[in-house]
Amino acid sequence: MLRDKRQEYLVALMLVGPFVLIYGALFVWPTIQMAMLSFTKAPLIGTGDWVGWDNYVKILSHKLFHQAFWNTAYFVLLTVIPNTLISLVIALAVNRLKGPVQGFVLACFFLPYILPVSVVFLTWNWIIDVQYGLVQGFVALFNGGKPISLTRTIPLFMPTVAFVTIWWTMGFNILLFIAGLRNISPEIYEAASLDSAGRWRQFQRITWPLIWPVTALVLTIQLIAQLKIFDQVYLFSIGGRQDATITLVQYVYKLAFQQNKGGEAATAAMLLFGMIIILSVLQYQLLRARGEK
Amino acid sequence: MSAEAIPNRDAMVAARSRGDGPIDMIGLVLTVITILVALGSFFPIYWAVITSIKPDGEVISGSNSLIPNRVVFDSYIHIWNNTNIGIWYINSMVTSLIITALVIVSSAGCAYALSQLDFPGRRVIYVLILACFMVPMQALIVNHFVLMAQFKLLNTWAGIILPQLIVPVVIIVYKQFFDSVPKEFREAAQMDSAGHLKILFRIYLPMNWGVTASLAIITFIGAWNSFLWPFLAATGEATMTVPVGITQVKDAYGIVYGKLMASAVVAGLPVAVVYLIFQRRVTQAIMLSAGVKG
Repeated sequence: MLRDKRQEYLVALMLVGPFVLIYGALFVWPTIQMAMLSFTKAPLIGTGDWVGWDNYVKILSHKLFHQAFWNTAYFVLLTVIPNTLISLVIALAVNRLKGPVQGFVLACFFLPYILPVSVVFLTWNWIIDVQYGLVQGFVALFNGGKPISLTRTIPLFMPTVAFVTIWWTMGFNILLFIAGLRNISPEIYEAASLDSAGRWRQFQRITWPLIWPVTALVLTIQLIAQLKIFDQVYLFSIGGRQDATITLVQYVYKLAFQQNKGGEAATAAMLLFGMIIILSVLQYQLLRARGEK
Repeated sequence: MSAEAIPNRDAMVAARSRGDGPIDMIGLVLTVITILVALGSFFPIYWAVITSIKPDGEVISGSNSLIPNRVVFDSYIHIWNNTNIGIWYINSMVTSLIITALVIVSSAGCAYALSQLDFPGRRVIYVLILACFMVPMQALIVNHFVLMAQFKLLNTWAGIILPQLIVPVVIIVYKQFFDSVPKEFREAAQMDSAGHLKILFRIYLPMNWGVTASLAIITFIGAWNSFLWPFLAATGEATMTVPVGITQVKDAYGIVYGKLMASAVVAGLPVAVVYLIFQRRVTQAIMLSAGVKG
């Protein structure tokens, strides 16, 4: 049967058209514009002189950029590995359960993940409220009986927001881990229990090595997601000393929308962009290695 | 398992490997701990709901009772009367539904073309999708804002919607599913001289309704929850979405806690309900988008 090639091209064009239009206008074009903008001294709206690499030199030596970089790195450190480990432990615990109990327990852990960030923020801001917050009774035990603001005390800010973030996002990781655990054939465990291997040895010898690919996936997804952190950190820092707890995306936001420095904001965005691309390429390689197995 | 039955060896082995033998105290303790931790994880949500239905006096009395002495809906009435939450709701609903519809339709079409048709430029599209996974949308906020400002779309539904249409994972998932539809279906349809559009809408999409439902639900939840872009694109109270609005407006609240919790409950309700109804679909969509077979 002879197919009309031209008609096939036409149909393909029609089907791919909306995608090309959307991604061209809202992804390719803004990305090119961002790269161009990063070499100019433009305000947020409008044009400015071409300044070459000046913005890059300026941003890379800007104290606040360093602050934002290290704050983000600190936040990544506080969330990524703890979140992954906690999620794995919970997944192991949930995976033991059966039937409706498992469904109920899983829903309890997963429900926070589907809530909007502002709901998470408002809820926890109320729980940690200095005057009437539920946790202040507990906090007072460590502070000589006095309440203390967990988000206005700078050293406590990141750990508090990291804790809330772990509570909020672990449901996602738990799901991935449970899927991974279910893929481990029960026969392997049966063989192990005939050899009367204990729980810990079973975990060490069977579960951990077999779940490792999922662990690596969870770690990289978390790493990239937390580098882009903005929402929670911004919301919890409203009204506080925002510069002390600034993160990279927040730094871009500040330059662009609070200081009206479009060019420098684009430069900071390009730097963030570079970091994430490097990590994404690593993640992609990892996923591909997994897929080929 | 009845106590009288004499367990045979296989059953015992099976019971051990499942970790729930008749005298498995450790297992029982673990189960109880797991349930307690799960309830602890749920508690903040419970606390928000409870606070929202307590009278203001009880909220700040410091009694912190886990069950309200008196249930009142004053906080809900107050936010309804004193904020634009009704308008924010309409904005959120309209933008989220349009985003979902556009993402699903454009992705299904593109995925069908990539999966079933031979045309020049396929490689370019693959590279584009791959690039999209790597470029953080957060880095593009500046130029999305500039672009929307140029077209005078700030503070409009279109301005909120457009940059959120970039969801490459939907195309990838669709393509995987279209690839696995046996070629015979298409060939048989083409024998009957059915066009590609008909094949897509009559065969490929109906065969993958489950996936479509999962992807639509997760896209809707994502759109409803998105914060950073709507926060930038909508600066006027009349164009804000619910998640943005409830963090921006606290005027005229008096004792704020109950009212803030009421607004949080109202904002989280649609996605919570969608999740509770479609739990399996949400789970499936998350697995698919993370590249893990569920």
